[in-house]
Amino acid sequence: MTGLIPHSWLNSVGIPPWVWNPLAISLHAACEATLIVAVVGITLGYILAKGHFPGRGAIETVLSLPMALPPTVVGYYLLTRMGGPGPIRTAELHLFGHPLTFTFTGIVIAQIVESFPYCLRFSRAAISNVDPRFEQAARAMGLSRWRTALLVTLPLARRGIVAGVAMAFGRTLGDFGATMIISGSVPMATTMPIALYNAVFFGSHEQAMVLAFVQLGVAFVILFGVTRLGKVRAW
Amino acid sequence: MSALDVNVTRKIGEFDLDVTFSVESGISVLFGPSGAGKSLTLALIAGLLRPDTGTILINDSVVTDCANDMYVSTQERRIGMVFQDGLLLPHRSVLDNVALAVRQTSGRQARRAVARTWLERVGAEQFADRRPGSLSGGQRQRVALARGLAGEPALVLLDEPLSALDSAVRRELRTLIREVILSSGVPAVLVTHDGEEAEELGDVVIAYNDGRVTGVRMVELPEDAAPQPESPDGGASQ
Repeated sequence: MTGLIPHSWLNSVGIPPWVWNPLAISLHAACEATLIVAVVGITLGYILAKGHFPGRGAIETVLSLPMALPPTVVGYYLLTRMGGPGPIRTAELHLFGHPLTFTFTGIVIAQIVESFPYCLRFSRAAISNVDPRFEQAARAMGLSRWRTALLVTLPLARRGIVAGVAMAFGRTLGDFGATMIISGSVPMATTMPIALYNAVFFGSHEQAMVLAFVQLGVAFVILFGVTRLGKVRAW
Repeated sequence: MSALDVNVTRKIGEFDLDVTFSVESGISVLFGPSGAGKSLTLALIAGLLRPDTGTILINDSVVTDCANDMYVSTQERRIGMVFQDGLLLPHRSVLDNVALAVRQTSGRQARRAVARTWLERVGAEQFADRRPGSLSGGQRQRVALARGLAGEPALVLLDEPLSALDSAVRRELRTLIREVILSSGVPAVLVTHDGEEAEELGDVVIAYNDGRVTGVRMVELPEDAAPQPESPDGGASQ
């Protein structure tokens, strides 16, 4: 995303690189992480809501752990699993040719782990709350399980699902602890919260003020937009 | 040929359903007090629940046979369902709600054309582009009836379709339901605990009490009370 808009143009409109670079990394990572979280989270939320198999509660609890853990703990485990010897590091080397710690992909993974529980739990709850008689009516009309899920269940659960995705997106944008540990604040993986931390740490209070205000504005605009998206075509 | 043969048992907690009956063409009413097992029977016929023992045949085809562990899935039974509160999908237009049930043709426009025909037959064509949330209870049940029949089902099941409506609308819809179902030629099983409704709508009344069939009675109707079957396009059915 940093390459999409020329720096000369950003400078001409008054957006300095110390704002744009971390902002672009934050938005890019948040979009990638949220896309993956949404697809996997909604699918798994559906399976947990509709499936009847042993261990559902245990699976949901394990996948929700990052919600209750300090982000630094999540970051620590990711750093030691992804950075230390073991099968995960072997897989990283096999797939990417290098470890994913201190890389952009590393922070996307950290943000996926951090934000996934929000999407999963909101989706699971919203899908569970859909009146099953709507689905029964759809099945009686001849719709397959897949078409029932896509045309009936998910649209009826849409508001809860959108809320979950919005929460996940907000979590990815705001994550500091896990991202900081996994990225180590290297330039290509410095997100807005880390840039703000660096600005405060190095005494650049004006920069810190601007970075904080930009994050406030971005978070408000995106979450307001997502909330509106959940309300369109209300019935 | 029977439109429906039911011979099932099902135990849920303390409640024990054990019923046997057959249904021919026309409207058969399962009549009895709340908790007698009428709606449970519909759920078993629809394949939404499985009986503990017994068989269910639709048009002489076995759809449930517990002894041989054979269950035809709900979507393959070719049934139409009309629920007490309509259960129209709130995020789809009235026309798309009905079109979703059309199975006999493919393509969105073709399905919508069939759906529009059915909306006309129940007097709801003017609501086609509206969302179900903007309709009254009676209007929603008209649409639900169209949806229940639009898929050319082998059997239509109506679970207390009028119980949530006021008395004036109920009277109006009783006439409509009887006319539309009989003219479609699709056998129907209707559940009600309203004796007047059972008499007015049913050709046969199957009395239920405490999970058992306690009696089967033919309803005498005037000669001109039964419309002749016709297909959705106005022609005669087979």
